[in-house]
This record gives sequence, C-alpha cells and structure tokens, in this order.
Amino acid sequence: MSKIFGGIKMAKIKSLADLKKKQDEVRSKLNLRDKADNPESLVQIKVAMATCGIASGAKEIMEFFVNELGKRNIDAVVTQTGCMGYCYAEPTIEVQLPGQEPVVYGYVDSKKADKIIELYIKKGELVDGIIPQNYETIDNK
Amino acid sequence: MANYKMHILVCGGTGCRASQSEMILDNLKTELETKGLSDEIQVIQTGCFGFCEKGPIVKIMPDNTFYVEVTPEDVKEIIDEHIIKGRRVNRLLYVNPDNQEHIADSKHMGFYKKQLRIALRNCGFIDPENIDEAIAKDAYQALGKALVEMSPDQVIAVMKDSGLRGRGGGGFPAGLKWEFAAKNASDQKYVVCNADEGDPGAFMDRSILEGDPHSVLEAMALCGYSTGANKGLIYIRAEYPLAIERLKIAMKQAEEYGFLGKDILGSGFDFEIELRYGAGAFVCGEETALIHSMEGERGEPTVKPPFPAESGYLKKPTNVNNVETFANVPVILLKGAEWYKSIGTEKSSGTKVFALAGKINNVGLIEVPMGTTLREVIFEIGGGIKDGKKFKAVQTGGPSGGCLTEKHLDTPIDFDNLIAVGSMMGSGGMIVMDEDDCMVSMAKFYLEFTVEESCGKCSPCRIGNKRLYELLTKITEGKGTMEDLDLLRNLSEVIKDTSLCGLGQTSPNPVLSTMSNFWDEYIEHVTDKKCSAGQCAALKQYIIDPEACVGCTACARVCPVNAISGERKMPHEINQDICIKCNACFEKCKFNAISIN
Amino acid sequence: MAKVNISIDGRPLQVEAGTTVLKAARDQGITIPTLCYMELEDLCIEHNPGGCRLCTVEVEGRNNLAPSCVTKVWEGMSIKTHTPRVINARKTVMELILSDHPFDCLICAKNGTCDLQKMAQDLGIREIHYKGEQSTYKEDYSPSIIRDINKCIMCRRCETMCNDVQTCGVLSGIYRGFEAVVAPAYEQDLEKSPCTYCGQCVAVCPTGALTEVDHTNKVVRALADPKKTVVVQTAPAVRAALGEEFGMEPGTLVTGKMVSALRRLGFDQVFDTDFAADLTIMEEGTELLGRLSKFLKGDKSVKLPILTSCCPAWVQFFEHNFPEMKDIPSTAKSPQQMFGTIAKTYLADKIQVKREDLVVVSVMPCLSKKYEAQRDEFKVDGNPDVDYSISTRELAHLIKQSIGDLKNLPDEDFDRPMGESTGAGVIFGVTGGVIEAAVRTAYEVHTGKDLPKLDFEELRGFDGVRSATIDFDGLPINIGIAHGLGNARKLLEEIKRGESHYHAIEIMACPGGCVGGGGQPLHHGDSSIIKKRAAAIYEEDKGKAIRKSHMNPEIIKLYEDFLGEPMSEKAHHLLHTSYFDKKKSTFIES
Repeated sequence: MSKIFGGIKMAKIKSLADLKKKQDEVRSKLNLRDKADNPESLVQIKVAMATCGIASGAKEIMEFFVNELGKRNIDAVVTQTGCMGYCYAEPTIEVQLPGQEPVVYGYVDSKKADKIIELYIKKGELVDGIIPQNYETIDNK
Repeated sequence: MANYKMHILVCGGTGCRASQSEMILDNLKTELETKGLSDEIQVIQTGCFGFCEKGPIVKIMPDNTFYVEVTPEDVKEIIDEHIIKGRRVNRLLYVNPDNQEHIADSKHMGFYKKQLRIALRNCGFIDPENIDEAIAKDAYQALGKALVEMSPDQVIAVMKDSGLRGRGGGGFPAGLKWEFAAKNASDQKYVVCNADEGDPGAFMDRSILEGDPHSVLEAMALCGYSTGANKGLIYIRAEYPLAIERLKIAMKQAEEYGFLGKDILGSGFDFEIELRYGAGAFVCGEETALIHSMEGERGEPTVKPPFPAESGYLKKPTNVNNVETFANVPVILLKGAEWYKSIGTEKSSGTKVFALAGKINNVGLIEVPMGTTLREVIFEIGGGIKDGKKFKAVQTGGPSGGCLTEKHLDTPIDFDNLIAVGSMMGSGGMIVMDEDDCMVSMAKFYLEFTVEESCGKCSPCRIGNKRLYELLTKITEGKGTMEDLDLLRNLSEVIKDTSLCGLGQTSPNPVLSTMSNFWDEYIEHVTDKKCSAGQCAALKQYIIDPEACVGCTACARVCPVNAISGERKMPHEINQDICIKCNACFEKCKFNAISIN
Repeated sequence: MAKVNISIDGRPLQVEAGTTVLKAARDQGITIPTLCYMELEDLCIEHNPGGCRLCTVEVEGRNNLAPSCVTKVWEGMSIKTHTPRVINARKTVMELILSDHPFDCLICAKNGTCDLQKMAQDLGIREIHYKGEQSTYKEDYSPSIIRDINKCIMCRRCETMCNDVQTCGVLSGIYRGFEAVVAPAYEQDLEKSPCTYCGQCVAVCPTGALTEVDHTNKVVRALADPKKTVVVQTAPAVRAALGEEFGMEPGTLVTGKMVSALRRLGFDQVFDTDFAADLTIMEEGTELLGRLSKFLKGDKSVKLPILTSCCPAWVQFFEHNFPEMKDIPSTAKSPQQMFGTIAKTYLADKIQVKREDLVVVSVMPCLSKKYEAQRDEFKVDGNPDVDYSISTRELAHLIKQSIGDLKNLPDEDFDRPMGESTGAGVIFGVTGGVIEAAVRTAYEVHTGKDLPKLDFEELRGFDGVRSATIDFDGLPINIGIAHGLGNARKLLEEIKRGESHYHAIEIMACPGGCVGGGGQPLHHGDSSIIKKRAAAIYEEDKGKAIRKSHMNPEIIKLYEDFLGEPMSEKAHHLLHTSYFDKKKSTFIES
C-alpha cells in the first residue's frame, strides 16, 4: 500500500471537468520533461554552475529563473552548465531564443535577470552585459 | 511542493533492472540526500526506453542527456559532475559508431531518429507507478471524452476509421472486432487483454505494461464502453512479475481516482478489471485457447466460428485484443482517426513496435511507422550487423514467421507486404542473422519451440511438427537425403493446410521460407554433408595436420571419447566415427596442428 | 428450416442452413473419413473437437483446408471433397497418426473393430513416410478397464463421455505437444481416480487404447476344471446385442442361441440374471413401499426419494461424488450380486456343491460389473459371490474361439430354478425398465388390485431426464428417471437442494441404460443401434408369459423355501448391502 501514493487516499475524480482540472494541476510536474523533449522551440537558459559561478550566486540566479519564468508563463528550459570560462563575470548565463544564436550575459543578479526576462526574452531587446562568445561546443558543431 | 530543477529518469524496465538499475536508483537517491539536493532534483523510475542494448539507461532532464550502460558506481560522478557542476560525463554518452562522436541527446541517435512512438509514447518518460504523471500525459482523457461526448457507436466508428489492426499477429481490424462484440446482445460481456506474449525474444507487450499500464487500462474501459462490457480481464503470463506489479498498482490507483469501478466520471458506466495469470504457454496467445485457460480448462484452441465476439469467456460475447493494440486506442480517440491514418501505409495504419534481436548492434525495442523498410530498421535503427559481419536474413513474426533475405530489405513493413514476401508481422519479433547462422539450424530452432508449445489437440501440429523437427535434425546431422527434403516440404504444406489454429497453420513457415530462400544450404547439408556457417556440430570435421603435429599427445589425453590415436612424437590422427566435435583437442593443441573443416 | 445453395464436387444442391459440410456430404452419399468426430444423435451427444483433421475438404475461397465436421455451410459455398490436395493431406495426416501408434494390430484387442485400422485401410496407406519417436506411457490396469495409451490418438471421445456426459471428470488431456495424451490427472491410475468403470470411454474409443480387462481365459480354465461346477448368468441386455458380433442385424434377439452356445461352452447350468432382477424388484419394491408408507404417515426419519441401486457405476458415482447422500439409494444389491449370493447359498445347497467348488460367471453388458464382483462386501471368506464377470464382447470372443459361429445354433431354454424370469426382469436392460418393473409389482402389492395395463409408455424413451406420475389408486407417485451420470447429477443436485418432488428415481449410468453399456458390441458412433436393442428388450418383455416379478413362480418358491418374505432378516442379510464414503479415498500421489 505504501507504494501507492505513500498511503494517501486520493479523492475520486467525478467528471470530465474534474479530470481536466486534475490534468492542469499535475501537468506542471512534467513540464520540465515535456520541455526538455522539445527544447528548440523554447527559450533555453543555461546557468554556469561551476565552483566560481556557485560562489558568486549562480544557484540563486537559477532558482530565480526557474521560479519567475514559471510565474510569468514563459515556456523555457533552465539548465545548468559547467564553467563557461568567464569566471571574472560570474554568475554568467547563456540565453538562446528559439531559432536564434545564443547570447551570454555576465554579472547576472536578480535585478539583471528580471531585465533579461522582460526585455530580451519577452521583447527580443538586447540587455547590457553581453559577453562575446569565443568558443564552440560539441553540440553546435 | 518541491520545485524540481532537474529530473533524473532511470529505466525500470525488466532488462535494465536485471543490470542493476534499481541500485542506480537507490544510489542516486542516497547521493542526492547526502549532497542536500533532494529537493531540487527528482529521481523517477520509468518504463523501458527501448535501447536495451545500451542499458541501463539514465536520462537527465531538462538538458536532455542520455547516459548509457550506467553502473551503480557511476552515480557519484553523474551527481558531482553533471548535476552539481553541469558538466556532462562524456564517457557515459552514447558513441556514434559511424564517427566515434559522443551524442547526448537521444533524438540524434540513429536508434531513435526514425522511430515514432505512439504505443510506447510514455514508456521511458513517465513514472508508471504514479498515475498523476500518466494523467499529465493525457491518460483517461480519451475515456472521459468518450463517456461524456460520444456514443459507443461513435467510438467504434473512430476505431474502424482509424484502420487500427490487431497487433498480436493476426492483423484483424480492431474496430470491426469491437463492432462484432457490440452487436451480440447479452446480459454480460467481457473485454480481455491478451498479455500472454510468447514469441521467443519478444517483449513489446511487457514493456508497455511496465512503462505505461494506464494506456491499456484506459483502452480496455473504452472497449468495454463501446462493446457493452463492464468486466475486463487481463490474461498475463506469470513470468512477468514486474508488469504484474505495475498493473496492480495502476489498477489500484485508477480505482481510487474512479477511472475504474462504478459510475466512471459520473457517466453511469461501470467497468472493472481483473488479472488472470497464464503459465506461459505460447498457444494461449491464441484467443480461444486463452479463453479456455481463463475458464480453468485446458489451454487449447477450439475451432472458430463461433468467434469470441459471439461466444467467448463463459460463453459470453468477448472481445480480445493484445496489449499493443489497446495501447494505441486512447491516442486514436484523442487525436482522431484521420491523424492515425496519416501514419503508416494505406492498409496498415499507425506504427508497430518491434523487438530487435540477434546479430544486430542495437538490440532493443523500437516503434516505427508502418511502411518503414526492413533496411531502415536493421541498418539505421538497428545500427547494422554486429562485428562488421554480413547480413544474411531477418526472421519476422517469431516462430510463425518466415526468413527474409537481402532482396527483401527494401520491403516496406506492413501486414500485407510481409505476408506477400512469405513471412508475417506476428507480434513483432525481429531476429537478425548474419553469415555465421545456419538456416537449417535456424528452422530447427523454431521447430523445437513449436514442438514444445503445441497444445497437442490436432494431429498435424502434435505429430507433424515433431516429425519436421526430426527431419531437420537428421539433415543437420548430415544424415538427410534428397527424399527427406521432399518429405519436409510436403509435410510443411500439409501441416499449414490442416492444422486447427494459428500455431500449426504457421509453424512450418520457418522451414518453408528457408527452403525457398536458402535452398542451397539444404542441398549442401544433404549432398555435401557440409554446413558453411559452421553451426552444425555434427558436420564439422576436426583434422590433425601431420606436418604440424609434433606428437605431444596432449590432444589424445584431453579427448573424452578416445578418438585420437598416435605414437609419441609421431603425428596423431582423429577417428571421425568416434569424434563428438567437442572442440577440446582444438583448444589444447599448442602447435595449431588441428583444424576444423 | 431455411435452405442454402451449395455445391459439392461440382453438384449443386440445397441443404439446411446451419448444417455442417460433413453432414451435407453424408446426405449426398459421400463419406468423408473421420476419426475424432462422433455423433450419438439419439442420445444428444455430439463430439466434434475438430482435432484429427482427417475430414478436411477444399472450400473455394478459403486458404487452408476446412475440417468438414465443424465447418458450417453458407450460401454459395463450393466444396471439393477429394481433390489430390485433400487426399494427400488426409493420407499425410493418417501417416502421422500411424507414425506414433504401435504396430501390433494383429494381436490388439481391437483388431478388426478398430476405427483407426479401418481408416488406414480405406485411405490405402501402404507406407509410413514419416517415422520417428513414438510416445511411451505406462499401462494402467484397473479392475475393469485397461488403458494402453500408447494407442491413444487424442480423439478425445472418451473425454467427452467422461466429462460432459458422465460428469466424472476422470479423463482429460494432459501434457502438451507430442506428449499430449488423455489420462487421469497427474497420469494417476484409474483405480486412484473417481472412475465409476461405466466403460463409456471404452465404448467410444476408436483404437485399442481403452479396453476391458479380459477374463475369458479364467472362465475357460474354470470350465476345464473337473472339480468345479460352473454356472452362468446372462444379463437382459446381452441377448439384444450379442448377435451383432456375429453379423446379425442390431436388435436381433438371440436368447435361445446364446443359451445354447453357453451350454456348448461347457457351463454346467445356464441361468438368467432376469431371475435375480425379479428378486431385486421384490426387495427394492418392498423397501420403496415401506419407506413410502412411513413417509406418508409423517415419519420424518424416512428419506425419499428412494434411488435404484442396480447399476454399479452409479453406485460408484454417488459413493465418490455424493457420499453425504449414501442413505438414500435402496440397499438392495444389484441383480448380478443377488444372483451370486443365491447361487452360492440356496442353489449350492440344492445341487449339493460346496461354495468353493461352485464358480459363478456373469455375462454383462457392463464393465463396472467386473469391479462390482470383486468388492469386498460381496465376498464370503474371500470367496466372491460372482467369480468372473465378462462382457458381451468377451462372450462373443469365447464363442468365436471355441465354437465359431452363433447363427446356426438351435434355440435352447435356461435351466431352472434360476433361469425362470418375467418380462419385468427383462426390461432391466433399458433405461426406465427397472422402475417400470418396480411399478408393476409395487402397484399390485400396494393396491391389491391387478394392473389394467402393463406397458408404462410414460416411463420409456431416451430423454436424459424423464418424469412421470403414476396413479397408485388415488395415490400419485412421482417417478424420476435419469440415464447418463450427468443427468443423474442433475437429479442428485436437486435432492441436495431439497427441491426434489420424486418418490422414486431410477438411475442408469450408461446412456440408454444397459443396452448402451460399456461391455456391449461397439456401436461405432451409430446410436440407432442402442435404440434397436431397447426395442428388442421391450419385444422380449411382450412375449413373456409372466410380466410381473412377484408372479415369478421360482421367486415365490425361493421366498417360501429359503428367504421367508421380502426384507426378512435373512433377505436383509443376503440381499442388501451398504455404501461407503469414497470422497476421501481419491488421492493424489506425489
């Protein structure tokens, strides 16, 4: 029994409307996987999370993006990545809008993150603090 | 509620569990606990990913990293490197055999590129033990839609329009079957799910039940609604403990939510499901035999008509479909018949799941649109033949199917095309053979299986298959005659022509198709007493090269039947009449003086 | 009945919708070979598993061959019954069956009466191309039946008889594939199973897989022993069937020739089981009336209905399946055993032969009688009341090996005293006959009046379960009749549920009663033969001067000289028995 919902008795779903409501409720739990399955059509944000990044607050920034993008109803994939090599500018993030080249921002704090969401992600306007990219990843080879 | 940043999916299919995927799961959880990451990273056990060749599989979301052949010891590195530092563990990535490059995203792997997963849509994606995940992926939406918005006839109409054909082997239109059951009035009707998957090497149905049990439960309820049945039975082989466990959990959860039981979704429709265990008899995949087995009778088929739709379980109208057929149903109802028909070929719509096995690089479970060619399946998805050997044949349809060769490789796979070239779809087994496989032995292997699995009810199958097997044995032992080949062919045809059920009607197929495609091999065994593939032990000859032999006597001493004689320091000789081809002398000889002919 | 148009071998014709190809062809005079198929039309028993695959035919538009026994006709169907493809398939299948069958035809018990042999002959099998391993199973000897299942061809006829008709559930398919065979569960011996030895499996077995235990040699030895006096009793149903073994028309009565043959075989006295049947009526009828009058007076300890107890397979059946009801059947021994007891007491005394020097042989249409004869309660100091029970078929063998033919023998009469019998005793051989005989006597004893009419048509017939109410001068007596143990089970379940309204029930294990017994000449699926035997039995009854048991002068004398009166202490001691709970005695050896 413990395997079944940890012993919590579930409420019956009594109508199709209930079922739809239930689906909306549980869908968010799988959002992350759904999006990952189809990242090209979504906003992809990679947060550099090496020691240097974490030390300068990358974790908090990642948290901020995950929560805020959810709140502002933006379909996005937030992943962590290793050191991008811009340790001087940590925390750094890479943002890729669907069909566009990725852009790297440095010195991201919550204020800047907010700006990135509102201006770059929503409207496509570049925000200050872009770091020119100078390497290639295996992925885009 | 924890707001997870990452999901780690661990394959919980039977194959991966056999390679310690459960320990990987445990280690992941412990490691995350120790690192204080339990609230950020969710670990989920899913059903089969299909790529069993490379199991255990661990997939990390959202950055879509597909780790292969993971061991419990790799867990620490995955957490430290990937989860914490965000660096992919390259050594655990799949390596593209063509260019030795690492591939992280499964979508870019040859194995997955050409696949289209409908029946397997949720396998390897959701936690099969959590109904909420299934609901998030549309489980029970089709049932809700049907109960609220559609009449039973409309459901059947969609099924008929979709062109979905039975995936258990027969290829009978599922909608038509439902209609028959619906039309026969009765106080009680049944829906039976045939989960008695019995082909050697096949595990399509098992994987669906392990990975997405709700798809089957929902489809059964839909079938019940449209045919007027309120009782469902799943006949599952007892050798599928994990599938049984997951089904039980799924049934319990579905009952608690009210998707099974009384007054489903307030529609007034009742439907309950019960599990019945089979003891693993191949013939019980035949629907009348299955029904008899469920009734507590001997598991043997009866002549149709009457069809189960007329007189089935307990003589009541019964609709029997197999697991894969059912798994397609909810999607068809949600997306519509037109959508489904747009996939596949004209007469075989949709996709088909195959279990790829044999001498192929990517052994595993795949789902492709009907019409995909054998070449695409074997060489693109399957990654070609192992160890760079030459492709020789592919057996489709399991023991009931036939052997197809090079010249059939561009045949688009569907029910009718496979029959046209002398094989059949079967339930989806696909075994690939290379140049080292002897086709006579292959036919013998399948016959051995059917001899074992025949129920014994009708004479041609009971005795005929045994005689076929004996004739094939005689040939592989080099004792066959040309007359035996005539007998083999005649007997095969009579068994096909006269047997009672599908088992006997198809059991000679491996013989007939190898005879027509590899006649030379039969001749070689009979007239030259030779097996080019080197598989028939009795036809091998161990010979000592007198030039190379130094007379050390090592071979004579190791020979278990004293077939080797010779003076010390003089060349030895093997008596072919006594030799049992055990290979012991060959292994023992330090001077490479023994060769196999 | 709706008709459909079909064509058989190019000839267009109209046949009844719903009929099978096999029947349609047979009606056209085309015999399609069958092995597993069996239809006992008059007994409403059809066995068509479609398993042997000998009856296949070509049907236009169908990929494979169709088994004609289970393929129904449809409008426009075009059938070909003997194309090269069909003949080749039949011969190949036949060769396959023969390839897994012992080749000891010449010394097989079924030599000459074997369906498999006949089919091989008809199909002209001259060579077996497919040779290989043959199945080997252990032989099983029970008191009545020998199972040599190396000869089993999986036609499953016995299974239908045992499970569907008799509901004994002893024989069923076990193992699978090449090893598949019909046997008791876990391949147990019959003796450890709830087998009733009714012999219906033997009656339908097309090969020598199921045969009777043969006692003819023992009889021959006893006849040759100068120290022994050998007497024989012949059951009523034997005389109506024995002629078939000598090529006579079914239903030919050979009573006189049979007596003559037995005498020539060397039996010292040739008696009639009918005599004992009359004696049974005296005891059973009295028991019925006794129970009935107590019941009518309100005695709650009395159990009704009373059930007949002449049939040993039936006795075995309730001992195994309904032991909780073992107080309900009459305690009267069967006629065979009553005969044995009286022969070894009354007769032995009369002819001055010591019990151990008197050999009682019975000729029975039955195989269960062999088992009954060796039950412990029918022995005195180890000496059985009936020494050897042989079947109608065994008697035919005895005659053939010793005298040759039966046809040309003169008619002779039974010896006295135990050869005297009435028409009531004769009809014991057919379903409904025992109760009719009982009614003839019980009515007259109870009412003190003569019956106006002796033929109770309402008790006759072949329906599996029949019921009739007989007016005993104002007292309606409800009679139930069942033949076939499956039908008996229905009545027993009814009694168990307390829903039975019968006062008396007759039960015969074999369909048709003893005329259809497991020891009779083989009917080879033609159930009309059984009906003809029944007709012959009623004909013999009609021709008898005395047709009521209580009017049998030798019976009257027997009571006067020896037993006193029916149900007397002596009669009780000699002519009644008790039953056992055998439910627990059926066990599985691990």
